Amino acid sequence: MITLRSLLVPHRIAMMAVFAALVLWCAYALRWDWIPKYAPLAAEGIWRTIWILAVTSVLGFLLAIPLGLAQAIGPWYLAAPARTFCTIIRGTPLLLQIWLLYYGLGSLFPQYPWIRESELWPYLRQAWPYAVLALTLSYAGYEGEVMRGAFSGVARGQIEAAQAFGMPRFTMFRRIWLPQAIQNALPTLGGETILQLKATPLVATIAIVESYAVASRVRQDTFIVYEPLLLLAVVYMVIAGILAYGFRKLEQRVPVKGH
Amino acid sequence: MTEAIATDRNDPAAASAEEAIRVEDLHKSFGNLEVLKGVNMSAKKGDVVAIIGGSGSGKSTMLRCINFLETPTSGRIVIGGEEIAMRADGSPASRKQIERVRSRLGMVFQAFNLWTHRTLIENVTEVPVHVLGVPKAEAHDRAMALLERVGLAEKAATYPAFLSGGQQQRAAIARALAIDPSVMLFDEPTSALDPELVGEVLTVIRDLAAEGRTMLLVTHEMKFAREVSDHVIYLFEGRIEEQGPPEAVFGAPKSERLKQFLKSVA
Repeated sequence: MITLRSLLVPHRIAMMAVFAALVLWCAYALRWDWIPKYAPLAAEGIWRTIWILAVTSVLGFLLAIPLGLAQAIGPWYLAAPARTFCTIIRGTPLLLQIWLLYYGLGSLFPQYPWIRESELWPYLRQAWPYAVLALTLSYAGYEGEVMRGAFSGVARGQIEAAQAFGMPRFTMFRRIWLPQAIQNALPTLGGETILQLKATPLVATIAIVESYAVASRVRQDTFIVYEPLLLLAVVYMVIAGILAYGFRKLEQRVPVKGH
Repeated sequence: MTEAIATDRNDPAAASAEEAIRVEDLHKSFGNLEVLKGVNMSAKKGDVVAIIGGSGSGKSTMLRCINFLETPTSGRIVIGGEEIAMRADGSPASRKQIERVRSRLGMVFQAFNLWTHRTLIENVTEVPVHVLGVPKAEAHDRAMALLERVGLAEKAATYPAFLSGGQQQRAAIARALAIDPSVMLFDEPTSALDPELVGEVLTVIRDLAAEGRTMLLVTHEMKFAREVSDHVIYLFEGRIEEQGPPEAVFGAPKSERLKQFLKSVA
């Protein structure tokens, strides 16, 4: 627990002084005059980073539940494809996956007239559906593995108690098994979601203007290199901090003895 | 393997209105190991049946076969006059039926098995609300009364991990009572407890016996079994070696094995 008293010890005061000096030096010695001009674009980029992260994490997690379940208790014809999917996703670079989907799928679609004429075409011509798909599949692949372990890790007695009281299978899954598996997985999921955040700049390579792409734009336009990158680092750290805090709050909903 | 009966036919001649549980020719094998070798027993409403026996005698397995937590290899299980339909492999033939029957059997486990992600009160209301469809407010009031009864009202909002074993087991009994069970099944309810915590759990069970609840009690507590039960079953290697009223079984055992067993646990 951080208290004011615990902060007011010599080595911490010294560290804070160094940090404050560093911030002040950055503020005065570096160039920040480009900010007003690029602020609207930066806000848009940050917003895009956040929603890409949110959408792909949520969708990816929803996919991870059946992927984990299939591997934990599924028959072989469900377990094998789920395991294969997770292995391929986790065994190949995300950048490659993004490019394969965008350049591969994206150039395959226009060859079919019925796709070009479909209602979806205006979206399929853009880059973001491929970015969202790639990041979603990636998150699902990693978290499918996490959920496999989390489902297997729920104590047998917890399930048996539900069975003994005649709980129907789906109710048991929804009320007992899934919440306990998620609770077990939360510390890992928190870390993985932060990794997912830091993977989002890769979609800049298929021309999606998120936070990183904005920093690149500033560099190209103004030849200012470090300042946009420093600010970008701060942006990611703030989002990561908020995520870490949020996950910790979620974990604490069920208190653990000894904490 | 003997032939399994796969019908939902009830036997009106054998099933009087007073009968709570009947087990006929129950066999159970784990692989090549036959744990139950043809057990027959029955309990009337209000009976307290104690099941005793050494470790590996099959007493827990028998109890767990009654609500099909273990799948019997063969035999018949009749609960409240309703026979549980079995497939040839012994698994319940109708999920609906087994779920309905289970929701009337209050199981208490050796390891408590309270749901760790829910507070005590949530543990007690879980089945009434989400299985039996009792309105939340009503279930909550009943759950509070039950926690009060087992002396845990002030712990209602606590998570199981923060309680002693004795407290957890008392809460688990409250959870089982919350479904207003026709039969309570106790699977060695005090075996996982520190010695000084056994008494508080036995007190709760004794109260239930006194109010005329039908109970099957697998236990190592011989003095307690003698005190609360109407009928005692001694299992040895998957068979009923001896049974009878507690005075007879404990006071004047006939079987050599039972005499040996009682000497060894005394």
